[in-house]
Amino acid sequence: MRNRSAFWPALALMAPLVLFLAFAYAVPFLGVALWSVTLPEPGLGQYERLVGDPLVQSAFLRTFRICLIVTVIAVACAYAVTYVWVRGTRMQRRLIEICIFVPFWISLLTRAFGWLALLSTRGIVNTSLQALGLTDGPLALVRNEPSVIAGMVHVLIPFAVLPLASAMRTVDERMLLAARGMGASRLRIFWSVFLPLTLPGVIGATLIVFVFSLGFFVTPAILGGGRSIMVAELVYLRMFQSPDWGLGAAISVALVILVAGLMGLLARFARLGLTGGGR
Amino acid sequence: MRIRRPGPVALVLALLVGAFLLLPLLAVVPISFTPGRMLTLPKGSLSLTHYRTLFENPDWLASILLSARIGLFTSVLSTVLATSFALGIWMLQPRFSSWLVGFVLLPMIVPPVVSAMTLYFLLTGMSRMSHAIGFDSVIGVTLAHVVMTVPFAVVMVLVALAQLDRRIDLAARGMGASVVQRIFHVILPNIAFGVATAALLVFVLSWEEIGVTLFITSIDAITLPRLMWMGLRDNVDPAIAAISVVLIVVTLLILLARMAFQRRPEFEEE
Repeated sequence: MRNRSAFWPALALMAPLVLFLAFAYAVPFLGVALWSVTLPEPGLGQYERLVGDPLVQSAFLRTFRICLIVTVIAVACAYAVTYVWVRGTRMQRRLIEICIFVPFWISLLTRAFGWLALLSTRGIVNTSLQALGLTDGPLALVRNEPSVIAGMVHVLIPFAVLPLASAMRTVDERMLLAARGMGASRLRIFWSVFLPLTLPGVIGATLIVFVFSLGFFVTPAILGGGRSIMVAELVYLRMFQSPDWGLGAAISVALVILVAGLMGLLARFARLGLTGGGR
Repeated sequence: MRIRRPGPVALVLALLVGAFLLLPLLAVVPISFTPGRMLTLPKGSLSLTHYRTLFENPDWLASILLSARIGLFTSVLSTVLATSFALGIWMLQPRFSSWLVGFVLLPMIVPPVVSAMTLYFLLTGMSRMSHAIGFDSVIGVTLAHVVMTVPFAVVMVLVALAQLDRRIDLAARGMGASVVQRIFHVILPNIAFGVATAALLVFVLSWEEIGVTLFITSIDAITLPRLMWMGLRDNVDPAIAAISVVLIVVTLLILLARMAFQRRPEFEEE
């Protein structure tokens, strides 16, 4: 250790936060885990319900389906904006920056409300469609799955941008030059050279977005209107509408295990990317 | 040098995504000027009714003040805890630092609904000691917000420290500066911008926190997002459009202020 004199002071600097989180976060989480095997009665009954109860099962399946769709759309959209953000002119980069980072700082509630303002029965889209005479009555654009997907994609795009940008920044320009020199078309250069080179970023972004989307609660609750309930909303309902804390706790534990597995995958992948990158 | 700027296809796609990202924010503006009680576009006349509601309805004002207070407390506590932790990591570089950092980043990685459940467990437990510090209290909400925001502050300060030249600190040490002198006269002045950004970010995160707040408040500690949530779930109240516009404008001002103070752009080309 090259800085021995600072050992005790440095430890004292780190201790407050570590102890605070141990008592305010780690220990209570163990308490929740305890709930999952003791409420309403001791045993693994709640975990049996996770796999057996059709309501819980359908919520999990719906969550996986929606999260998969959301992840694919969000990463694809993020790829397009990141491409221009990394490779565009100064003006284009500024513009993209505003589009990505201003919504990022705005509250989830405000953004969900924005979607309601756009899509509700008397919202901007329906009013415009009717004014143009394209539709007779209002379309049901909100309180359904597509609106939930739109809202979630909107929140998640910025999270996919950063891993994609760091992958795109490391692309060796000479590879693209070589491809062009050998007569490849623009599309061919992108498809056979640029995209494969940025694949590690795509996989990283996909995992991050998927993990984040699993725990989504506010956006689906507002835009879904209680119709297509996802896992996180199910936890909330089990806690506050039909007191069933044991099931809520069991779902929480299952979510943590799932996320830990995915993060482990991400970590392993990042390590492979570092050592196997050949740079 | 880039051999090729993005082509027309890439530009059009990026433009569409950009529009998608800005659209819901822009949509709020016209709705906020509607004279009616419904969520509609104003027809003919514009009105400031809903902006007046924000100042005249004591609920809105009280929740704005409460959120500001909690945000301020949270910002101070989180930033101090995170800066202290990051300094310790930077000075010691312990072998287990990746584990330690991983541990303090947990609240950022774990799904918010799980954190909400965890903090609900903590605060209902604390309520048994005293109602002033547990469930549905200002102190309880602040505590929960510190847990949720501290990882973001840690990341910000660690990034700032990573850009600091270690030789400056070594020089100070070589000339006999104590640990306290090194921290307050050498390290902190050099990462002041990063620390300030962390404090700002924490304030914003606490100010708009809803996922956890929903679980740990019921009737007393109604923060602004909590009040908005109630208005969004039942009958959508156009006053929310007005408050949303105010929030967007405030956020834009904060971002602009931050840009003005920033010494140089983060991503400069080559």
